[in-house]
Amino acid sequence: MVERKIRVLVAKPGLDGHDRGAKVIAASLRDAGMEVIYTGLHQTPEKIAATALQEDVDVVALSILSGAHMTLFPRVLNLIRENGMDDVLITGGGIIPQEDVEELQALGIGRLFGPGTATGEAATYIQEWFLANRADDEV
Amino acid sequence: MSSVIDTEVPGSADLEQEVERRRRELAELEAKLAAWNETTGATAQRDDTDFTTVSGQPVRALYTPLDTQGDDYIADVGLPGEYPFTRGPYATMYRTRLWTKRLFSGFATAEETNERYKFLLARGTTGLSVAFDFPTLMGYDSDDPMSEGEVGKCGVAIASLADMETLFDGIPLDRVSVSMTINGPAIMLYCFLLVAAEKQGVPFEKVTGTIQNDILKEYQAQHAWIYPPKPALKIITDVFEWSSAHAPKFNTISISGYHIREAGSTAVEELAFTLKNGFTYVEEGMARGLDVDEFAPRLSFFWDVHNDFFEEIAKFRAGRRIWARHMREIYGAKRPESWRLRTHAQTAGVTLTAQQPHNNIVRVAYQGLAAVLGGTQSLHTNAMDETLALPTEHAVRIALRTQQILAFETGVPNTIDPLAGSYFVESMTDELERQAEEMFAEIDDLGGVVAGIESGYFQARIARSARRFQDEVEANSRLIVGLNSFQEEGEADIEILKIDESAGESQGRRLAALRQTRDADAVERTLAALTEAARADENLMPPMLDAVRSYATLGEIRSALESVYGRFQEPVAF
Repeated sequence: MVERKIRVLVAKPGLDGHDRGAKVIAASLRDAGMEVIYTGLHQTPEKIAATALQEDVDVVALSILSGAHMTLFPRVLNLIRENGMDDVLITGGGIIPQEDVEELQALGIGRLFGPGTATGEAATYIQEWFLANRADDEV
Repeated sequence: MSSVIDTEVPGSADLEQEVERRRRELAELEAKLAAWNETTGATAQRDDTDFTTVSGQPVRALYTPLDTQGDDYIADVGLPGEYPFTRGPYATMYRTRLWTKRLFSGFATAEETNERYKFLLARGTTGLSVAFDFPTLMGYDSDDPMSEGEVGKCGVAIASLADMETLFDGIPLDRVSVSMTINGPAIMLYCFLLVAAEKQGVPFEKVTGTIQNDILKEYQAQHAWIYPPKPALKIITDVFEWSSAHAPKFNTISISGYHIREAGSTAVEELAFTLKNGFTYVEEGMARGLDVDEFAPRLSFFWDVHNDFFEEIAKFRAGRRIWARHMREIYGAKRPESWRLRTHAQTAGVTLTAQQPHNNIVRVAYQGLAAVLGGTQSLHTNAMDETLALPTEHAVRIALRTQQILAFETGVPNTIDPLAGSYFVESMTDELERQAEEMFAEIDDLGGVVAGIESGYFQARIARSARRFQDEVEANSRLIVGLNSFQEEGEADIEILKIDESAGESQGRRLAALRQTRDADAVERTLAALTEAARADENLMPPMLDAVRSYATLGEIRSALESVYGRFQEPVAF
């Protein structure tokens, strides 16, 4: 097994401008040794899926604080799967009520982190997922 | 008469004695304080805190007259309603008029929000404050593909004059002042409101209220922009120019620290960036050839009220003093109304926790108290559930009652600026002013605010402060009750407002109907005139009002101007 860096796309879909969380998470994942791509605000799901493909990422972490999560998470998930990226983890965070979290996870979205999450928790989750699912990949 | 004066003014010998006495007193205090520091160990401290403010300013165990000896009372503190306004923008403050209890709200459609406004007005709220959804904030129509999933979610969807008419149906716009949190498309929503008033029979000069219209902090922190900074500043200056002649009671900008702070800045960054943005708007207006005293009296401010009680109070006081000094000494304003900083305040949404949400009621109460001790002119108190969703009526009612208890039960508003003269508060006020001045110089060295935005200076600085705070919380060097300390197993559930997914569909139908019934030729003609005015660099207000009267939509107006101005590209960094 060859050690390689986990590649993460941190993305803000939709119109909301709250990027404090996305930037803090991006910086903390980078500090945890991951390769982090952050593309800025107001990204369409199509753009996010295209970036994920182009950058060949392992993880897509979406930050949504606008209430549009039930539209945007499934849209990004479907586009990424349509690109044939079946083994990419789609996770994220924001203001997402528990019942919506459960519904999104049933669709195949990974863990979703709410307000008050320690950044280390998100990093640990991604590392554990990677070890379990992707660490044996050919580099 | 001269004999009377002689008995009241000490002779020069007496004066010298008095100065000598004062000098001895301070020297004695200095010696006593040194001994006190030795014996009590002023450096001794509990190990659960590091005694810095939430922004990282060091706080000493004790403040004394030694900390304020440089202050000249008249020049630095003065009286309320008088230069430099440290003690308050008005002479009588809350003795004659309490702050406006203004709760920010809006959700789903104009019709549903109209009902919430009537609910609030019936319960004693004294001004309305409109929260728009993201499509509106960004200038997109509710049926634009970019708007999918976002319509009515974080605020109310307003895509045309027709929606604005519904929003204020039965609410007299000459009697209720309306504040609108809108920036990128502020001029469009302002025109919607003015024409809605016109249709109620209310002339422009009687419309009172505020548009946020502060685009600089959008690039720095809040991010609801459309056009690049230069055309955006031109549009804002158009609003100043037109309004000083036609809508003189309207506050044409609310220069906002709120979003800068919420995005993670420190108190002094909030203070300095916001005031520097304000100076930039003043410079733009003056460069247009406007008389500073014509538009400066309509500029207003908007502060965040964070957790650190005394730092926040000092921030309000320092802000007034800095603004007054710069407006008079640097920009040459002659009218006291141009020197006076008036402000709205909102308790800090970012301090609320999802954990043990009822505790948020207490946080909001302390923050509201700080805003009133700081001398705010209006106040929004957050509802306890705002970190989870838009607030329920129950949560909003508690937030409003919190202000009423503060206003009518605590006695706090009875006397003006009661913390003036506190050695700590005065010295913190001085210190924040000093640090803000340093930051102004730093921004000047970068080439000013617009250059700082283009290079990403503000964005990077705010992100760095946000990271520092997060690190402190995660290292438990800053305790947040319920979050990293005093946690509970099994959180109490609270009721959450769910926004009906149908808002998007019903807005779509409404817009389709509007496009069918309006005079399409008039829309086309007025939009062409607007584009032409933008090309010719004329004031956009008159052609914009015409486009709005013809029921051109928000998205159509946005696109018409985008064809001339282009759109902003964000410098990305983290």
